[in-house]
Amino acid sequence: MSASERHGETPAAGRPRSATTRAQTHLWVAQRVTAMVLAIAVVVHLVMIVMAVRGGLSAAEIIARTRGNEAWLAFYVVFALAAGVHGAIGLRNIAAEAVGLRGRGADLAWVAAGLVTAGFGIRAAIGLYA
Amino acid sequence: MDLRARSHPTYLAFVVHRVSGLLLALFLPVHFWVLGTAIQGEARLDGFLRWTDNPMAKAAETLLVVLLAAHLAGGLRVLALEFLGWRARQKDMVAASAGIALLVGLVFLLNVV
Repeated sequence: MSASERHGETPAAGRPRSATTRAQTHLWVAQRVTAMVLAIAVVVHLVMIVMAVRGGLSAAEIIARTRGNEAWLAFYVVFALAAGVHGAIGLRNIAAEAVGLRGRGADLAWVAAGLVTAGFGIRAAIGLYA
Repeated sequence: MDLRARSHPTYLAFVVHRVSGLLLALFLPVHFWVLGTAIQGEARLDGFLRWTDNPMAKAAETLLVVLLAAHLAGGLRVLALEFLGWRARQKDMVAASAGIALLVGLVFLLNVV
């Protein structure tokens, strides 16, 4: 059994092993970099949640904070992109390790899941801004 | 089958990180879609916020906040282990992560009710 197989990764058919290993490394780096971005974003988000719910949530209060504010728009766009990438890679890892779901078709599904999540997030961020 | 590794607190931390990550990844697109739809007008957003103003929704929100805080705290433990080499006192780090998650959930609950 090769090292990659022991770690739950089967080299994709028709692709050189080095390319698969390189792709794995890229995914690992992307997962960690987005984790670092999300660590900051989630702390900000949790603080904002607790502040916002004090005395009850209101649309006027939320919109007053975000409408026309480029800093919040940039924050939420980066947050949504990082969450989309991080979630898709996480789902890919879970599917591969827990149920053995691997391969190009599965990878395309995870790319789609990441794009949909990030897209919905950016749509919401634009809604808060515009 | 040797189950000793699975009785270690870091295995429980691994399971919590996996399950919280999976649930958050499933919740996130729904959260973004609902927010993006509700934000199309102040009255529409207020209508949605009123709909969530009940004990069941607040309990679900508290659970989501705990899941998010648990994934954050558990993720920071993994990053510290991988990038800073903090290998010592892993049981304490797992306990601290769990404590942070529950504390954040409690702070949210005390402010939302």
